[in-house]
Amino acid sequence: MSTAVLSTRGLNKSFGSLVVANDIEIGLPRGVRYALIGPNGAGKTTLINLMTGMLKPDSGKIFLGDEDITHLEPQNRVKRGLVRTFQINTLFPHLNALESVTLSVCERRGYAPTWWRGLPQYRDAAEEAYEILNSLTLGNDCYRATRELAYGKQRLLEIALALATKPHVLLLDEPAAGVPKEESQGLFSAIAGLSQDITILFIEHDMDVVFRFASRIIVMVGGRILVEGTPDQIAADPRVREVYLGGAHHG
Amino acid sequence: MAATTGAAIAPHEFLQAQSRWRVTEIAFWLAVLLPFFLFPNYLSLASQIAITALFALSLDLILGYAGIVSLGHAAFFGLGAYTAGIFSKFVWGEPLTGLLAAAVVAGALGLATSFIVARFRHLTLIMITLGLGFLLHEVANSAHFLTGGADGLQGVSIWPIFGYFRFDLFGYTAYSYSLIVLFVCFLIARRLINSPFGLSLRGIRENPNRMPALGANSRAHIRKIYTISATIAGIAGGLLAQTTETVSLGSIDFQRSADVLVMLVLGGAGYLYGGLVGAIIFMVARDQFSGINPQLWYFPIGVLLVAVVMFLPGGILGGLSRFTATLRSKWT
Repeated sequence: MSTAVLSTRGLNKSFGSLVVANDIEIGLPRGVRYALIGPNGAGKTTLINLMTGMLKPDSGKIFLGDEDITHLEPQNRVKRGLVRTFQINTLFPHLNALESVTLSVCERRGYAPTWWRGLPQYRDAAEEAYEILNSLTLGNDCYRATRELAYGKQRLLEIALALATKPHVLLLDEPAAGVPKEESQGLFSAIAGLSQDITILFIEHDMDVVFRFASRIIVMVGGRILVEGTPDQIAADPRVREVYLGGAHHG
Repeated sequence: MAATTGAAIAPHEFLQAQSRWRVTEIAFWLAVLLPFFLFPNYLSLASQIAITALFALSLDLILGYAGIVSLGHAAFFGLGAYTAGIFSKFVWGEPLTGLLAAAVVAGALGLATSFIVARFRHLTLIMITLGLGFLLHEVANSAHFLTGGADGLQGVSIWPIFGYFRFDLFGYTAYSYSLIVLFVCFLIARRLINSPFGLSLRGIRENPNRMPALGANSRAHIRKIYTISATIAGIAGGLLAQTTETVSLGSIDFQRSADVLVMLVLGGAGYLYGGLVGAIIFMVARDQFSGINPQLWYFPIGVLLVAVVMFLPGGILGGLSRFTATLRSKWT
């Protein structure tokens, strides 16, 4: 357990009679690229919500390194390096990309409570924000209002906001949701290029992308973890085939 | 706007340009001096407008920048007014310390209630602020021994400012005093919205759900801006008490909370000048129309309000800024 950056123990959550997380046990080692896959309704987003504190588990524990963060507020988990993005764009429509990411940088650096000094005096924050945007190919769009950005660029801005918090663990909820297949490869190349110090877990439905970018895969079905392993192990696992191919037969 | 896309200028230069004083701003602050020369008989009205504008500015800080709708903001205005009035009766009539007392007391109530306000949004929040407003009004009404209740607070007597500038009958000193306080508070508010804190407030307004995911403590931000806003509202109330040398229940009633919201929405929330412009329009309209028919003067205000929210989302300043943006994009 001590080698895992993020781990859960016996995590349970139900909405009424619907069990959305059933005894979830995972441990993510440093620097690994995890894909979290499974059919719709398997509880993938719920698991991210539980780990980031947006939902409270009925029972079980969540650890960031050795620290028990089960009862920590979401923003305090972010301050400790556990950060997420959203499946549906959760951005600041009337702020431009630079302002949005500068906001995130200022929050991390502890500038945000300061109201008596002008923002332009924090040149370091603005420059860091610009560098993050530039690294995600958003440098040329950084002065455009978020709502005017193309959808694919908004997906990148989702990630830029998260990167500005300097995460140790990054949970990406369908980062390429709604992005055309041609563009999603570029988006995942950007994710693959992130620092190897960052542990990444991403939810994704496109199996080409999953097998190309993940170093390990977790398969969830009906609120449970079905199997966890390397892409080769997952590809050869008969239970996984059953879930996906079996589902296709019935559909 | 469209001309500045691309990394043509450095990031911090862009932020600098955002907070630079514009020509229209300087023109506005020069224009507010005009009443001294053009309408010397209306300086008392001008003073009331400046005070109301300051009150609207305080509401803009929470509504326009943090998305907190309040229907009870008169609680802080009225508390400031009563504090300044009572201070002059029982302590002394020196105006600046009286204004400070108004600010401190209103700010303290703002801080105390901010812990409730920061926990809620939407309709719940509106009802909470409304309820707090009613509560304070009732306290002022029933504490007759202190506030004079429905008769109003009598016996307020304010010394000359710095022991020299006497409050004259024409409102010369009153307008100068109100205007200077308005301008100082405006400078503070302007610095605040252009600070890292101001940026975080805009984040809360734009998407409160994203803020915790960036590690932001939104509630702490909201508590802080609510306290600052209450303090400024209290200063505005204190100014009214000092310049009119009386305090009535009207300074703390629901009508005042509603009026200031109408002014801000008319002028445009989130532009810093929206409340100022709205206060000028509202107060001048009231002065003019109530001269014609004192009963029906809300009729044109109602028509204007409906028209503005239907056709000019973002108020008059929102409409103007869109208009200039289209002009600019056509010319470049």
